[in-house]
Amino acid sequence: MADKVLMKGNEAIAEAAILAGCRHYFGYPITPQTEVAAYMAKRMPKIGGTFLQAESEIAAINMVYGVASTGKRVMTSSSSPGISLKGEGLSYLAGADLPALVVNVQRGGPGLGGIQPSQSDYFQATKGGAHGDFHMIVLAPDSVQEMAELTVRGFELADQYRMTAMILADGTMGQMMEPVSLDFKFRDPVEKPWAVTGTGMKREHNIINSLYLKPDLLEKTNFDRFERYKVIEENEVLYEEYKMEDAEICVAAFGIAARVAKNAIDQAREQGVKVGLIRPITLWPFPTKAFAAAAEKVGHFLSVELSMGQMIEDVRLAVNGKAPVSLCNRTGGMIPLPEQVLDAILSIHNGGAK
Amino acid sequence: MVIFDKPHALTDVPLHYCPGCTHGIVHRLVAEVIDELGIEGKTIGIAPVGCSVMAYDYFNFDMIEAAHGRAPAVATGVKRSDPENIVFTYQGDGDLASIGTAETVHSAARNENITVIFINNAIYGMTGGQMAPTSLPGQVTQTSPYGRDVNLCGYPVKVCEMLSQLDGPEYLARVAVNNVKNIKNAKKAIKKAFENQINGKGFSLIEVLSSCPTNWGLTPQKALQWIDEKMIPYYPLGVYKDRSAEKGDE
Amino acid sequence: MATTQYLFAGFGGQGILFSGKLLAYKGLIDGMNVSWLPSYGPEMRGGTASCGVVISDKEVASPIVVTPDVLIAMNLPSLDRYESAVRPGGMIFVDSTLVERKVERTDVQVFYVPATKIASDHNIPKMANIILMGKVLAETNGFENEQAVVDALKKVVSAKHADMLDVNLNAMKIGRDYQEG
Repeated sequence: MADKVLMKGNEAIAEAAILAGCRHYFGYPITPQTEVAAYMAKRMPKIGGTFLQAESEIAAINMVYGVASTGKRVMTSSSSPGISLKGEGLSYLAGADLPALVVNVQRGGPGLGGIQPSQSDYFQATKGGAHGDFHMIVLAPDSVQEMAELTVRGFELADQYRMTAMILADGTMGQMMEPVSLDFKFRDPVEKPWAVTGTGMKREHNIINSLYLKPDLLEKTNFDRFERYKVIEENEVLYEEYKMEDAEICVAAFGIAARVAKNAIDQAREQGVKVGLIRPITLWPFPTKAFAAAAEKVGHFLSVELSMGQMIEDVRLAVNGKAPVSLCNRTGGMIPLPEQVLDAILSIHNGGAK
Repeated sequence: MVIFDKPHALTDVPLHYCPGCTHGIVHRLVAEVIDELGIEGKTIGIAPVGCSVMAYDYFNFDMIEAAHGRAPAVATGVKRSDPENIVFTYQGDGDLASIGTAETVHSAARNENITVIFINNAIYGMTGGQMAPTSLPGQVTQTSPYGRDVNLCGYPVKVCEMLSQLDGPEYLARVAVNNVKNIKNAKKAIKKAFENQINGKGFSLIEVLSSCPTNWGLTPQKALQWIDEKMIPYYPLGVYKDRSAEKGDE
Repeated sequence: MATTQYLFAGFGGQGILFSGKLLAYKGLIDGMNVSWLPSYGPEMRGGTASCGVVISDKEVASPIVVTPDVLIAMNLPSLDRYESAVRPGGMIFVDSTLVERKVERTDVQVFYVPATKIASDHNIPKMANIILMGKVLAETNGFENEQAVVDALKKVVSAKHADMLDVNLNAMKIGRDYQEG
């Protein structure tokens, strides 16, 4: 393990981004993601990159829009209330088909909420996050290693599909330290002939734009974009199955909730309860097929979330009425204990669940 | 012999602006300057939300359409990404002095090495003539039908005066395009703003007092007079900051 | 034990997070799976700081330490708050300079180390956490691989303060050799 170093999740994101060739970071201070900015502030000047503390979250996402327009890898990071402010920019990035990486280290909400870990921005992240027909690729790490790996993956997917990739983490993921290996396999860079780099008087001018005043043209643009989304849904779904081989109960959880759920599943297994886990790693595209397949075998689903129950809606859609789907949750910055999840599993096992 | 020609930096797309609107003049001045400086191949323009939202169709160089008020932030990203390129924003008064005030002030404070062309016509044109941050006291608009009441909606924002209080910006000037003499001065100022960027001097903003005959409810000619009679007394023309001149560089 | 959960708690500024990091690095060097999770936010400034460290020969499931096997309490509020959470049969280490009361639990092993006083006596006032850490490692067979302790220290003492390495090591040994009585 000599090649592994202990890093905070937030720092792992920052270093992975640099290794992925990101040389432009724009952000605004907000707990619990400030370490990303602090790391970038230290490193970027030493490697010829740009770290700029923007005047607002809105400015930061628009600086991202500017760099993305020039075809270079660029990122910003924030936490829940800050992501709401970036919403406008996320919609424009989608409308202009620009690649970017946005990190949301979630905290409890709504409003100013709290600063403790949460997963209550699931709807915001997976259902668009702002006005208009669009999606972001949403990646949900459950370890510091995945914080790093999904950062690299996020940049690559963003470039490949010309859209925003979002790392949807939470305060725990951002603050915790775990051993991490930064030995990545990178994909080949994608050509960006659409970028505004100056015509050099050698080509037609490029235009980065999301304005389409003719509705038929805007409709076509949206249809075309959703054709691309279909390819992503077909090819880019990531998830982990844990002890699902003989499972009769399936827990659905991502991020820190999945880590807690694994403890509970191990304890339930010791008591002879056949329970497993499907952990979505991409929240969009959602691993619908995996849940649909599980619905043919398991009798009950349990969605474990740090929210009032948001992912549960996608689990229900995937299960499509074939089995009941229950919720085990804490919210507002609270994290379910393994015992709470275990109780929920045992209650289902004993036929007591709703 | 060619006496009058279209600048190369302009495309052949017909402008959509109303008759008598001075956007066309300012577009042309910018294009002429870019031609004269030979920078078309490395210029990136950033269009706002407002009447000039479709400026990306009119200029021959690479263009970006930004969200409302965010052009200076987008320009910051573009310039930081490719510092050798020439980056300018073209923004109206609602975009620059209302919804984008923070982006304007902070890009100036940072002395971002960009050029800002600021069209001040004291009204929201594209949405049909609502009160702008620069609408004059007493000015009748769709959303100030009894005239701008300063007790109710406050006073106009004087952008050049305000920004001149900052240590950051390199060059701030207010010009007008309502007569030949003013247009000539406007071009000089615009050229200097681009030259400043080429020479790495930093943030230059040219405020251009412009007309909006349609929403002012005036004929084109009367609208040009209105600039002289109403706007210039409230928004005096001139150079509000020129750091190089202060330091005696010139 | 396949998985050991540690909880470090005390005032902000006592080096609580540092101690946890040191232990996590030691686990990593020993070839174990580790996680380190701090409390964060305003409570860190002058208030209570805590961090949970999980060391396991399996993949670490939840990094959140709720029922620690080992509690290191460096002030009274920490002992008050976490004493009841310790797993039966677990261990509690107390900085007895700052915590005047005794541990009430009878189903755990308790070690009282006047770490703050020892540090002060040795004129190394900021090393109470490391002195206590020495005792923790001594009682959890942590010194079986002494080189790992040294290597872990090297990892957490930043290059800027490399001169502090010996001071830390020395403090660690003082704690290791401390006997109650």
